[in-house]
Amino acid sequence: MNLHEYQARDILRRHGIPVPPGEVATTPGEARASAQRLGGKVVVKAQVHAGGRGKAGGVKLANSAAEAEAHARAILGMTIKGLTVHKVLIAPAATIASESYVGIIVDRASQRPVLMVSPAGGIDIEEVAAKTPERIHRLAVDPRYGLLSHQALGLGFALYGDLNQARAAADIMQKLYQVVYAVGASLAEINPLATTPEGAVQALDAKIVIDDNEVERRPEIAALRDVTAEAREEVAAREAGLTFIKLDGNVGCCVNGAGLAMATMDLVKYYGGEPANFLDIGGSSKAQKVVAALRIMTSDPRVKVILFNIFGGITRGDDVANGIVQATHELSLKVPIVIRLTGTNEGEAMEILTKAGFSALTDMDEAVKQAVARAKGTAA
Amino acid sequence: MSVLIDTSTRLLVQGITGRDGSFHAKQMLAYGTKVVAGVTPGKGGQRFEGAVPVFNTVAEAVHETQANTSVIYVPAALAASAIFEAADSGIGLIVCITEGIPVLDMTRVLPFVHERGARLIGPNCPGLISPGKSKVGIIPGNICQPGKIGVVSRSGTLTYEIIHQLSTNGLGQSTCVGIGGDPLIGTNFIHCLTAFEADPGTAAIVMIGEIGGTDEQQAAEFVKESVKKPVVGFIAGQTAPPGRRMGHAGAIISGSSGTAAEKMTALANAGISVMKRPADVVPLLRERL
Repeated sequence: MNLHEYQARDILRRHGIPVPPGEVATTPGEARASAQRLGGKVVVKAQVHAGGRGKAGGVKLANSAAEAEAHARAILGMTIKGLTVHKVLIAPAATIASESYVGIIVDRASQRPVLMVSPAGGIDIEEVAAKTPERIHRLAVDPRYGLLSHQALGLGFALYGDLNQARAAADIMQKLYQVVYAVGASLAEINPLATTPEGAVQALDAKIVIDDNEVERRPEIAALRDVTAEAREEVAAREAGLTFIKLDGNVGCCVNGAGLAMATMDLVKYYGGEPANFLDIGGSSKAQKVVAALRIMTSDPRVKVILFNIFGGITRGDDVANGIVQATHELSLKVPIVIRLTGTNEGEAMEILTKAGFSALTDMDEAVKQAVARAKGTAA
Repeated sequence: MSVLIDTSTRLLVQGITGRDGSFHAKQMLAYGTKVVAGVTPGKGGQRFEGAVPVFNTVAEAVHETQANTSVIYVPAALAASAIFEAADSGIGLIVCITEGIPVLDMTRVLPFVHERGARLIGPNCPGLISPGKSKVGIIPGNICQPGKIGVVSRSGTLTYEIIHQLSTNGLGQSTCVGIGGDPLIGTNFIHCLTAFEADPGTAAIVMIGEIGGTDEQQAAEFVKESVKKPVVGFIAGQTAPPGRRMGHAGAIISGSSGTAAEKMTALANAGISVMKRPADVVPLLRERL
């Protein structure tokens, strides 16, 4: 789950990390009022779960409150990578002496939280990693002891030659490490960590990604979810207990299990088709889940065919079959359905489907070929 | 022969009275697995299916029944604690089926398990099966056949698909291991490849990977250096978009790293026969056997 920049800044501030002031606005008028309160030059920043906001025109400098209002008018409602901007952050335009990067991720290889710092801040850290890897310093933290003071100070000196600034940076790193465990973050970064001309060290921009598995046990974090900032179908899928990711093709895929779902999409492509989505209906599938899945997939007019690929293990074939039959009663489906179903309770499932006038295949390749042919309109 | 589990496996089921735990405990008993104990706090003294004693703690269960392997079906909120308990009680092989354990919990669990000298499989995995000998987890026994192919996979149902292809074409399996779809897991491809290479009952190995991380690339290096047996590989997620979690918490392309193409190239460069689709597994194995 992604947090907005303003939410991440709030969290850092609450953990004692110095963050300059800022206000959230949802209308141009509010943006103007915020700019007036803050005084001087301000930046107007789109709050949207997409990278490359600046390049897309979602970050603008305003010399006056009137200009802030005009920028907010342009940015609110704008679409960045398919997502509409509903909020802007108004923050004072700081004069910056230097920009660094500080981030913590959970690293798969070392199986530990890894602190990454770089004096080359303000730009995409992946770019720094690719072009000048020697400018990134990494430390795998032992979670039993946390980030130790001397480790943090060592990294502080990798950013700043000045003792006070190195100490300030070290303190920020230790607090950021606490933030990770306090909110259940899989990523927390400050980019840039800036110094002012007076020498103060501040977090100017922050990004926090929450591990989806943490959300349930942290109601205060769950409350930060902004459903208006997410794709509509994906919100509906999550509420139905499904994992759904929209793609650009026209073959709707409904599969049990993530690995098989990916392999099904790949096979659609292999036979010359384009998958419309990733959709995992999960292990113990109830008929109602299948109904929800069909509703979500068929809400996209580009989808020309629905392909079911079910390998019954925990998932019972008869549950899915009942779901398909029930869904065809509840929804008026305009697209053909191709069903591949094998495994647990295959016999019962076939009987249910046959009675309802469907036919089902047991071979995955055959089913995918048929679905692709249907999508292209070349089926017999 | 087989790896990790066989007829000497004495299994303890953590969460044996729960919905999933009880269903799969019955399936494992029916398959012939030696299920010697169950644990559900507060239900100590009961008997599951009139036969398997239930204990309040893992320590008690191990003391009374000499269980050497544990399988965990408890809900995500309790699963990290269940792994700690199993490792602390002298269980040598811990298999965690539960999906949804926070990754930060795993940063604490994994070093603990390692220090206690235990091996963890999973979490978020279907478990493992040595056909005809023992089944620990949820892989459907009826699709498996005893034989000489070792299978290791990050997936669940995709593994069933591959096993099904193998069995219906007369290629039985020594052991099938689902290592799990999470970013932090206890047992990786290299551990399993090492075990299969050493197992005289395994003639060839099938490895099924997916997008995200670099486990497959490291495994490919390992195969090149240290595996003499034929290896056939598959990578799921060739059509997955970057930056999105494809169901499994670990199945995500970060930036430009962890793509299917990159992994397939690494496998091919290591001399592994790479499947383009699941149905290729049988012909590719036949070429190499």
